[in-house]
Amino acid sequence: MQTKQLVVIGNGMVGQRFLEELVAMDQDFQITVFCEEPCPAYDRVQLSSWFSGATDEDLALTDLAFFERHGVRLIIGEAAATIDRAERKVSGNKGTVVDYDVLVLASGSYPFVPPIPGHDREACFVYRTLEDLRQIKAAAEGCRRGVVIGGGLLGLEAAKALKDLGLTTDVIEFAPQLMAVQLDARGGQLLREKIEALGVNVHTSKATQRIEAGDKARHRLVFADGELETDMVVFSAGIRPQDKLARDCGLTIGDRGGVVIDDHCMTSDPAIFAIGEVALWQSRIFGLVAPGYDMARKLAGHLCDQGEPFSGADMSTKLKLLGVEVGSIGDAHGNTEGSRVCVVEDSIKGFYKKLVINQDATRLLGAVLVGDTSDYDMLLQYALNGLDLPESPVSLILPSDNKPVLGVDALPAQAQICSCNNVSKGALCQAIESGCMTIGALKTETRASATCGGCATLVKQVLDAELKRRGVEVNDHICEHFAYSRQGLYHLVRVNKIRSFDELLESHGTGRGCDICKPAVASILASCWNDYVLDPKHVGLQDTNDNFLANLQKDGSYSVVPRIPGGEITPEKLLVLGQVAQKYDLYTKITGGQRVDLFGARVEQLPLIWRDLVDAGFESGHAYGKALRTVKSCVGSTWCRYGVQDSVSMAIYVEERYRGLRSPHKLKMAVSGCTRECAEAQSKDVGVIATEKGWNLYVCGNGGMRPRHAELFASDLDDETLIRYIDRFLMFYIRTADRLQRTSIWRDNLEGGLEYLQDVIINDSLGIAAELEAQMQGVIDTYVCEWKRTIEDPVALQRFRPFLNDDNPDEQIVYVRERGQKRPARAEEKDKVELVEVV
Amino acid sequence: MSQQMEAAAVQRSDWFDIADIDQIVPGTGAAARLGKAQVAIFNTRDGIFAVQNHDPFSGANVLSRGIVGDIGGRLVVASPVYKQHFCLRSGECLEDGSVRLQTFAVTVRDSRVWIAAGE
Ligand code: SRM
Ligand SMILES: Cc1cc2nc3c(=O)[nH]c(=O)nc-3n(C[C@H](O)[C@H](O)[C@H](O)COP(=O)(O)OP(=O)(O)OC[C@H]3O[C@@H](n4cnc5c(N)ncnc54)[C@H](O)[C@@H]3O)c2cc1C
Ligand code: SF4
Ligand code: FES
Repeated sequence: MQTKQLVVIGNGMVGQRFLEELVAMDQDFQITVFCEEPCPAYDRVQLSSWFSGATDEDLALTDLAFFERHGVRLIIGEAAATIDRAERKVSGNKGTVVDYDVLVLASGSYPFVPPIPGHDREACFVYRTLEDLRQIKAAAEGCRRGVVIGGGLLGLEAAKALKDLGLTTDVIEFAPQLMAVQLDARGGQLLREKIEALGVNVHTSKATQRIEAGDKARHRLVFADGELETDMVVFSAGIRPQDKLARDCGLTIGDRGGVVIDDHCMTSDPAIFAIGEVALWQSRIFGLVAPGYDMARKLAGHLCDQGEPFSGADMSTKLKLLGVEVGSIGDAHGNTEGSRVCVVEDSIKGFYKKLVINQDATRLLGAVLVGDTSDYDMLLQYALNGLDLPESPVSLILPSDNKPVLGVDALPAQAQICSCNNVSKGALCQAIESGCMTIGALKTETRASATCGGCATLVKQVLDAELKRRGVEVNDHICEHFAYSRQGLYHLVRVNKIRSFDELLESHGTGRGCDICKPAVASILASCWNDYVLDPKHVGLQDTNDNFLANLQKDGSYSVVPRIPGGEITPEKLLVLGQVAQKYDLYTKITGGQRVDLFGARVEQLPLIWRDLVDAGFESGHAYGKALRTVKSCVGSTWCRYGVQDSVSMAIYVEERYRGLRSPHKLKMAVSGCTRECAEAQSKDVGVIATEKGWNLYVCGNGGMRPRHAELFASDLDDETLIRYIDRFLMFYIRTADRLQRTSIWRDNLEGGLEYLQDVIINDSLGIAAELEAQMQGVIDTYVCEWKRTIEDPVALQRFRPFLNDDNPDEQIVYVRERGQKRPARAEEKDKVELVEVV
Repeated sequence: MSQQMEAAAVQRSDWFDIADIDQIVPGTGAAARLGKAQVAIFNTRDGIFAVQNHDPFSGANVLSRGIVGDIGGRLVVASPVYKQHFCLRSGECLEDGSVRLQTFAVTVRDSRVWIAAGE
């Protein structure tokens, strides 16, 4: 039999999922994909995260290797232009012609732009693709005010993006309320109040009649009852199925657009199928990704003769829009006949919750939640699984400590946990059974929580409950000597004012300790009390490098890295570095952290070298410590024609503030003087970027083995607020991170993510901000340069002798010269000096 | 090492007076020369131990600078370079049974550290 030709039009979220489902099956299609966008599928649901630092790669749902591996021909950057149903051919707009036996339309939808005069003026955008976002970002540089036309779900997302870009933002809605599809009038009203409190202006019942040139800004929007000037417009007035190709070739189309499909996603032509947002099933378009994924799975099955029919989908949603929690479940408007409602509203705390219940008050039909969606997961389970409601249904939404809990145990195996990927509780349990013991493993195996992430809490609950049922103890003990996590140890040390490892071991540990717990405790002690690390009671705990306050090299010698705050150095000091390097014949290299590394110092030379450096005004650079390393700077407004703030002064200030701060892993920071970002602050644990109005703070980035972009944490801060946030952020990290966990991994594991972190640091949701600041101040006040202290401490200096019984250096450290400097001799270059038997 | 063996070794008079015990901070190690060899001496809560200073994995003479502790009940030092653990009593490497450090008899007399060659 000849292989059948299968052509897919569109490589969006659903088209891509369809390919993945199909290639995973036993099939023999020759597949071709028309992909109109300049890159293969990416995560449109998370599109807005692009503005807070997610990269194109972060958003990618696939890569070229996928297509190669499965022999799928991907035609990038070419749109399908016509379908010839008689000849079964698709032609692209750049001339490619492909035959098909089976054709799948996955062309999604396009943003509807109301045909008002002036809609095509410059700086008028839509919000659908990465390309749209790029254009919006580029245009925002010269804008002060932006208007979003459309107050639905996507419109509010676009409004958040504009606000984050620093624009004064207005939302114009035609209907009398926001999010009219998902919310009732009262819910919409509360949402509006909350959004306005955040500084976004909301105008409802407003029809834009035309857009024309403005006086004070680029455009003027003209309404029946007034006008508004703005520099930028983003249309978000709904979506329309991208069904032009289907129309042109005569397929059946719905009255309001959309390619009509049956339960097997088949269009009016049996050789052509449609899935995703382009498809119209029982007169409905599903504007969410989960139903599209379901269609993709069902169609792949159908084409391989394992067809299960598509049977509609739930349109419930939980979102955080502009920081306001919003949830909508099932029949939110109470359209079901005889339905009744329970409402709880608290205008002080700012939430509104409504249940829609069937006539005899036994089943939940729908719900609206604004301001507090903590009950969403539970309510959704009641609605989807037809669970019996408790005696008094309103108790489900009343704020109370003894609210009836719907433990995950109560859910039936078929209960859907992840709606985006249609993963049931049963499927999760099966995956756990087969060995997925972590959220990460479960996610990879089942895809649960891999799309919108809304189900993450529930997935975790199922995992925890299952593990507990199996008697698996989730052990986070730091090592065999302490039955505590690093966070637990930190707490013990802090609360019980423990000052030494022995004290902690005696009271809370067993055995002697090891090279895991000793350095970890040393770091905790240093973060809490900032005692001298080479104090006799701490010295035996220190890891390799801290042990001699220098970085151990492979031949047993050390490197020396003095602090050069912000990378700024006087010529005099630069000369001193050269002189010291010359005097001790040290290999000299500029580091990647804007300072100078001097290599090849023997242990007994370290104090001598440091005496010279300290005399010249240098301090320890802590290149050896899990501590603040460098604060990289760019030259900033002092010299640079683009700089808007003095990044060098800020970098020096920050570096001197946090120098010597011991932490779970090393810390790197940077300060850039403008958005061009020459200091690469977005790759640091703490990054600061100057704006016209102050500083933008980024957190939790790093380079290294698994690079992660930092995320925008807060914008336009003044100096004082900036420092206060960094103080709190660092101390919170120090308090809660695991051993050797950099801020990036810590952040990725932080339940609640960035928003939780912002809540703790900015809104002080845990009520610990003052404590964190005081603890930081304690460390800052007790700072002394470890090297200055060491060269004045005769006891500490004793440890720098090469041998207890001999002051002659280790003759097995041997150097040769290369490019005018020394380097360690390789084995074959060394005189083989064997370990000799004694006497 | 049993008291008897220790006594026997001392009688063989191949012991070397190295240093004052005070010079090794409790819970840490220090290096010493023994003829052409280098020895790492550790001052632990469980007594004093000596093994070769040469780290067989990195080739550097640095074991005296490792962290001491216990793993599964065995007293060990961790190499400061690549972190393998060596048993302080037998010299055996916990990660690689084929590697074993030379160990040295060691004792403290009148607060002086003495070392002898041999197992
Ligand atoms: C000297 C330097 C390379 C150079 O010649 O430029 C360097 C040298 C070392 N790096 Fe680095 N890193 C140096 C900049 C960097 C940078 C670039 C930067 O900071 O801008 C990075 C990527 C940025 C980052 O950290 O996010 C970097 C990522 C790493 C990593 C990977 C960390 C990670 O989270 O993946 C390690 C391994 C570790 O720390 O566990 C590492 C570890 C090391 C160690 C400490 C390895 C070791 O234990 O011996 C090296 C010590 C050398 C020494 O003896 O001084 N080094 N290292 C740079 C010193 C900068 C300074 O002035 O302090
Ligand atoms: C900002 C934003 C936020 C969202 N948030 C959520 C959310 O939280 N939850 C949720 O469930 N959904 C959300 N959605 C909706 C979700 O993204 C869509 O439901 C989903 O992307 C639909 O997938 P699709 O493949 O049908 O369409 P798309 O992802 O739009 O893919 C269609 C692709 O086909 C291409 N194409 C079109 N015509 C042609 C042609 N002739 N030739 C070749 N290629 C063509 C298009 O360029 C596009 O790449 C959001 C959407 C946006 C824009
Ligand atoms: S990249 Fe590797 S080899 Fe180079 S300095 Fe960093 S740790 Fe050392
Ligand atoms: S519900 Fe969206 S990822 Fe699970």
